[in-house]
Amino acid sequence: MNSIATLLALSCIFLLGSSRLLMSIRMVAFQGLLLGILPLAAAGDGHLSLALIFLSLASIALKSILLPWLLNKAMVDSGTRREIEPFISFGASMLLGLFLLAVSGWIVDKLQATEPVPSPVTLIAGFYLVFSGLLLLITRRKALTQTLGFLVLENGVFTAGLSLGSEFSVMVELGILLDVFVGIFLMGIMLFHIDREFDHLDADRFNELSDLEIAASPDEEVAE
Amino acid sequence: MISIHSVVFFILTLLLAPILPGVINKVKAFFGGKMGPPVLQLYYDIAKLMRKSATYSQTSSLVTRLAPVVIFFSTLGAGLFVPSFFREASCRFAGDVVLMAYLLGIGRFFMVIAAMDRGSAFEGMGASREVLYSALAEPAFFCGLLVLINETGDLSLSGIFNGLSLELWRQNPAIMLLIAVSWMIVLLTENARIPVDDPNTHLELTMIHEVMILDYSSKDLGLIEYASALKLWLFSSLLVGLIISAGAVPPYLHIPVFLFGILAVAVVIGCVESTIARLRLIHIPKFIVGSGALAIIALILKIAGN
Amino acid sequence: MNTAWALIILPAVTGLCSLFIDSERLRKNLLVVVAFLHLYMSLQLCNGSAGELDGVWLGVDHLTRIFLTLTSLLFTGSAVYSMIYLDKHPHADGADLAGWQFLRNRNAIFVACMQLFLAAMSLAILSMHFGLQWIGIEATTLASTPLIYYHRNRRSLEAAWKYMIICSVGIALALMGVFFLAKTTTQHVQLFTPAGLVLFAGYLKLGWLKVAFIFFLVGYGTKMGLAPMHTWLPDAHSEAPSPVSAMLSGALLNCAFLGILRIYQVCVAIPATAAFASELLIIAGLVSMGFSGIFIMHQPDYKRMLAYSSVEHMGILATGIGLGGSAIAGALLHAICHSLIKAPMFLLAGNILSAFNTKKVEEVSGLLKSMPFTGMLWLAGFLAITGTPPFGTFISEFAILKAALQTRSWTTAGLYLLFLLIVFIGMLTIVMQMTLGRRPDDHADEHHHHNPAAKDHEQKHEKHHKHDAASAVSGSVIDEDLLQIMTPVIFLSLALILGFYLPEYVRQAINGGALLLGGAIL
Repeated sequence: MNSIATLLALSCIFLLGSSRLLMSIRMVAFQGLLLGILPLAAAGDGHLSLALIFLSLASIALKSILLPWLLNKAMVDSGTRREIEPFISFGASMLLGLFLLAVSGWIVDKLQATEPVPSPVTLIAGFYLVFSGLLLLITRRKALTQTLGFLVLENGVFTAGLSLGSEFSVMVELGILLDVFVGIFLMGIMLFHIDREFDHLDADRFNELSDLEIAASPDEEVAE
Repeated sequence: MISIHSVVFFILTLLLAPILPGVINKVKAFFGGKMGPPVLQLYYDIAKLMRKSATYSQTSSLVTRLAPVVIFFSTLGAGLFVPSFFREASCRFAGDVVLMAYLLGIGRFFMVIAAMDRGSAFEGMGASREVLYSALAEPAFFCGLLVLINETGDLSLSGIFNGLSLELWRQNPAIMLLIAVSWMIVLLTENARIPVDDPNTHLELTMIHEVMILDYSSKDLGLIEYASALKLWLFSSLLVGLIISAGAVPPYLHIPVFLFGILAVAVVIGCVESTIARLRLIHIPKFIVGSGALAIIALILKIAGN
Repeated sequence: MNTAWALIILPAVTGLCSLFIDSERLRKNLLVVVAFLHLYMSLQLCNGSAGELDGVWLGVDHLTRIFLTLTSLLFTGSAVYSMIYLDKHPHADGADLAGWQFLRNRNAIFVACMQLFLAAMSLAILSMHFGLQWIGIEATTLASTPLIYYHRNRRSLEAAWKYMIICSVGIALALMGVFFLAKTTTQHVQLFTPAGLVLFAGYLKLGWLKVAFIFFLVGYGTKMGLAPMHTWLPDAHSEAPSPVSAMLSGALLNCAFLGILRIYQVCVAIPATAAFASELLIIAGLVSMGFSGIFIMHQPDYKRMLAYSSVEHMGILATGIGLGGSAIAGALLHAICHSLIKAPMFLLAGNILSAFNTKKVEEVSGLLKSMPFTGMLWLAGFLAITGTPPFGTFISEFAILKAALQTRSWTTAGLYLLFLLIVFIGMLTIVMQMTLGRRPDDHADEHHHHNPAAKDHEQKHEKHHKHDAASAVSGSVIDEDLLQIMTPVIFLSLALILGFYLPEYVRQAINGGALLLGGAIL
């Protein structure tokens, strides 16, 4: 379990430093695969149930095959290949990532002081994935990378949940998975729309809405 | 504290150090299908340089003349604390890890200010890169050391490396592997090897280490070349000490196994240099920070595992 | 039991079906029928005439009663209003199942997503299981995103994207909270409900509970619009079609609020966590009120003004719950009043927008003369939303203030009053400018002069737009449809009645809810 958590953390560092979208998508798919194996590793040999295996397979199919395929399609269609000039340079965001890794360790250490944590390394990885997801969301310009950041964050939440051993019934787990899937799917569809409307995927150039002034472009009808 | 024994090994270290660059070059020549310079080439070079007299630029100050000596002796001083041949180092005390790292730091500091002293734009650029990269590499080195200190409970380099055993590899292979990879990257960075820096490059714009010593000649250059080789040896011996744990080797095999290990490191460096291209400058910080990440993950695994 | 599930499944099924319905007319009628059916069933359920619930997955308690009735009521109003709204935005293409055309028909998607939205909100409100509740709240985001993107232009796309990303991140964090909450108890998930956890209050692990509460507050707080996580709210509310804005503000924010209330219910059962949670809620509430006060001043867009007012009211709710005692009942009453007022305000904003064709405050004036009914209601709504005496909001805001004074939290009380005042002044200047002043025709000439594109602009518009815009410019009284006015009138009168008289049914629900949250009865 610890080695899977380590790989998850490493993939995050890679994501923070990578500028190629294709590699990032593949890395997130890899994370999805790791995340699918994690519950099996956590359960151990004796406790493998059919439901668990089914959930794992469903999760792998969604997170490491279907969603990456969708994002890949969005990337190819929009002609975007790489993230250019994020708000923080790649080296700096990796450094920040290291800092966040230390912060995650510190948080889990604090938590451990009050309540025992069953699998601290995995929980650290979970927190770290959440933080890196947020970092990706904040510092990257492309809407596609933001979607990836959200996926990483979501993976982190699941990792943390697994490390805590909080299991719900299969129906609830499936519901959660379905929600996440539909969410990303909607984001994927919106990526197509953004590309069509704006001719780019730069979320930082979304500046039509702000409190300072209403940017009413002349060709834009105020629809109602 | 200082035994005759350890002095002998220290002298052996000093004598053998310049062989490493020769081995690396041989490996690279082999990959290139060439004969290459002899393994002992650096000895010849240093001997030749020592016989010549130096020239200095008119704009340079005392710093330029002082720097090679400081670099040489600080590296030598650092070498006193690094255990070689799986034996005790010449000197040891609790916390000498910090002294060793900062002796090397003093050497680097003089290298950098000497580079700036001569006022060449290229040398300044090299100096700034050198400082950035070593600042990035330092946390990786120390995080790895912290794990080992945590493991062995000793604060001196000799104590740490004599405390290592194969048991550690068996218990926590992930941790040890992470540290080994991270230190390999630190080694490549600190010694200006590919993919961080190319010692054979001919374009000042892309140089890091080489550009800073462009203006040196004769004895000064000899001292610096020798200090660089020694530094490479020191880092390699730390790596060998980590990978081939002292506890795993019977005492009568110490010398051959250690020499084998250090030559293996040189061969690995040679292979890396022959197969991998130099990274673009903007990607180098990512590479080094990556080594830091490995070390921090190792540290977290270690702490969380306790 | 079956009624509760039916409340969720019925709109979900009909919602999916309406994607495939060819006739625009049939679709719209279905929407209204489902709305009334849902209202009827939820009233049945809340009266207790539908049988008891086992409470493992779904349950009905006093909080559910308040929010379910409210949501259903608002949805019915919005559905009726949507009839006219959709008439004004016809979609030429019919549904073509073969070419997946129905996925491009924005009206079909609108009707479908409205019903799915209702299903998701019902699930979020009715579910007792924390995991199920999370699914419901996340589903509300998913169902409402297409609604925000109704207009299919850049601005709505930007708003929808922000809404989707920010809320999804927030709710993902809330999921982490759910995982932590599951850690507080060693009991199996069978009892993973507020009531179940309260039952084992003595055995809960406090450390995990605190962590879980932080994650719930940040996560659902994002969805609820607590500052500084509120940034999606003004964009989404101003770009969404007005009936959707009304639902977002009046019903959706309440669902997220209920998410926080559910864990608060567990926290108050233990004194240590009760103090911790209350403090965090008060801070979050006051910060939200302060933020909205700053942004509401000189707000150039009147729909954004309403959105920031929602942020303010969510802040009031959080502060009220945090203060405890009689403030909790006050906050629950305030939630009801806010929904009953904010929803018609957004509908009225829709009327103004379709008549004047602008969201800028400076381009709207003389509402009382040009649109007498809408103008009057707009003014009344402003008075109601700022807590002016005859309305229910006054009672509730006063109850919260009273509790703050009684508990001697002077700073809280002072800041609370200050922010209320700032918002009042901010909204006053905007609303006065819109309702009073010259008629638009008095400066129609200069309008044309300044904006030569305006003429082309009008010509480009569809027939009805042209008609409305032309009548606005010519200064005659603009036609106001009965349905456009009816819903706001009904809701505002309800809010007014609550100021004088609290029906026994409402009083019981509020008091019951307050007791669940460790408060005193009103």
